[in-house]
Amino acid sequence: MSVLVDKNTRVIVQGITGSAGAFHTKQMLEYGTNIVGGTRPGLGGTFFEDTKVPVFNTVTDAVNETGANASVIYVPAPFAADAAIEAAEAGIPLVVIITEGIPALDMVKVKQYLKGRDTRIIGPNCPGVITPGECKIGIMPGYIHNRGKVGIVSRSGTLTYEAVHQTSTLGLGQSTCIGIGGDPVNGTNFVDALTLFNGDDETEAVVMIGEIGGNMEEDAAAYVKAHMKKPVVGFIAGSTAPPGKRMGHAGAIIAGGKGTAAEKIAAFEAAGITVAPTPSTIGKTAADVLG
Amino acid sequence: MNVHEYQAKEILAQFGIPVPAGKVAFTPAEAEAVARELGSAKFVVKAQIHAGGRGKGGGVKLANTPEEVRAIAEKMIGMQLVTHQTGPDGKKVEKVLIAEAVEIKQELYLGFVLDRAKSAVTMMASAEGGVEIETVAEERPEAILRETADPSVGLMPFQATRAAFGLGLDDTLIRQFTSMATKMYECFVKTDASIIEINPLAVVGDNQLVALDAKMNFDDNGLFRHKDIAAMLDPTEEDERELEANENLLSYVSLDGNIGCMVNGAGLAMSTMDIIKYYGAFPANFLDVGGRATAERVTLAFKLILSDPNVKAILVNIFGGIVNCDLIAAGIIEAVKQVELNVPLVVRLEGTNVEKGRQMLAASDIEIISAESLDEAAQKAVAAVRG
Repeated sequence: MSVLVDKNTRVIVQGITGSAGAFHTKQMLEYGTNIVGGTRPGLGGTFFEDTKVPVFNTVTDAVNETGANASVIYVPAPFAADAAIEAAEAGIPLVVIITEGIPALDMVKVKQYLKGRDTRIIGPNCPGVITPGECKIGIMPGYIHNRGKVGIVSRSGTLTYEAVHQTSTLGLGQSTCIGIGGDPVNGTNFVDALTLFNGDDETEAVVMIGEIGGNMEEDAAAYVKAHMKKPVVGFIAGSTAPPGKRMGHAGAIIAGGKGTAAEKIAAFEAAGITVAPTPSTIGKTAADVLG
Repeated sequence: MNVHEYQAKEILAQFGIPVPAGKVAFTPAEAEAVARELGSAKFVVKAQIHAGGRGKGGGVKLANTPEEVRAIAEKMIGMQLVTHQTGPDGKKVEKVLIAEAVEIKQELYLGFVLDRAKSAVTMMASAEGGVEIETVAEERPEAILRETADPSVGLMPFQATRAAFGLGLDDTLIRQFTSMATKMYECFVKTDASIIEINPLAVVGDNQLVALDAKMNFDDNGLFRHKDIAAMLDPTEEDERELEANENLLSYVSLDGNIGCMVNGAGLAMSTMDIIKYYGAFPANFLDVGGRATAERVTLAFKLILSDPNVKAILVNIFGGIVNCDLIAAGIIEAVKQVELNVPLVVRLEGTNVEKGRQMLAASDIEIISAESLDEAAQKAVAAVRG
């Protein structure tokens, strides 16, 4: 098993003809992801570059023709919320938003629209989601992943690659890796991801990588303490970040003295999460908790 | 993005929120002219810097005449104003707000924030205005009333009225408060704000509510649709290197240490700073070259790091994903051609095209301390600054 995506996931790419969309569509196809279509208003009826991937004008058309059950969004930030709501309206159950720079209040609208609907959003501003060997949706380098027993969930892209690389090198591998993104308002949070991993047979341990800002890590710690049946390894980036400064990610900011790394590490430790002391030791810490 | 009090008040006034009459002045002569134009019985002169606690530091003064306003402005413009938010060096005052001084009967607090946990905008109100809201939140959290707006309908009048009753306001004030709060919500969503804070929201004269002070922050990601607000950016309030980085799509934050960092990805960049501290030194900066890095941008990032005189060593940490290691190597080689590299350079490359990147660096005549892991890289960089 795995979570969210597997070889049966039928993916469409929204913004398939844009530079990022086109580049990563090729990478995903190369990885073996089942890309069944893409959208670009005005280019419906054509095919993506020299492939057999059909392009549609609307997500509704794409879903009707291909039976897509996942979408990945590469459209530019000003239009990304519209794209996400279009995907949800078409009934797609999993929508991964890669786009960086979406206004926070646009995401507030998207989340409001999703209430009472069966669509899950991953991201925005994230590397995507991958089940090694079966389905890669996003922008992560596929070749560093190996199928295995660690579920990884993270607010950071390259820091996830670090954890993936380490767990691959140590022979642990990954069940599924979920990048939830670095924005203050996002679709899937740590608790959602932990809940999925908790119910997945293949996942034997979870690596959770948080960072400064907000209180998603504290909520996750409470969930782990109350419900988690598997060992969890944690890491928090930003111990040296100054207060009031946005550290690259829109959501990575210590505001009003709240959201510090020290608070989050303390919450993790109090919940029985094993905190890796440095980003270099995430894999080793996971190996240790698995015994 | 932050704006000054006078700019925040301009924006709030556009949405119908009452603010005291006033105008910004850049010279003492202008200050006097503004005071004459206002013709009030009493004036207040307020230093315009991006920091709170200005009153305690001597950045807010009362004056009775336009001449007095001028005298105060003469002292205030050009002074280094130190508050608990500026750091020990303070900030240079470049301009002052001259406003009508009003008699304050009561000080309230009214704020709006993007509530991350609720994915909605939350209003906060307190009868304990005029003091730091963080202190109130810490010591007497029950003194802050909260109302979260449902994004599909916005902040409803009944919510504002409920808060007004909670604050113990009288009938006329309740009506004013409700009108003001709903307008502020409008302002928040229409300007892509991330914080609006009115502290104090004052009851003045004949039972009128007025925004005596105002603070607004905006979501940087929303600025593309608010050119007027983006134009309010005050470059004198920003770090020069941070501004230059922003213009080139690099994410950079100046810090106090001596190890310059160049990393791809915000989380990895923060962790690189953390691991430097873990091994006993301190980073000079946060720098994320981003997923759209080009060799040119890497060169620029490198120059930016070297322009900081505190930098005694550079640590490059790249986990190639979207960004290829060979592209980073090309950027470093080009940068060293353009600027003299006179500090040790530690490079750790991993990920996409790592072998090619390493070969390019090895083939160049740049002296590089290479490292396999982030741990090793951090230790070598720390050893390098210790000499």
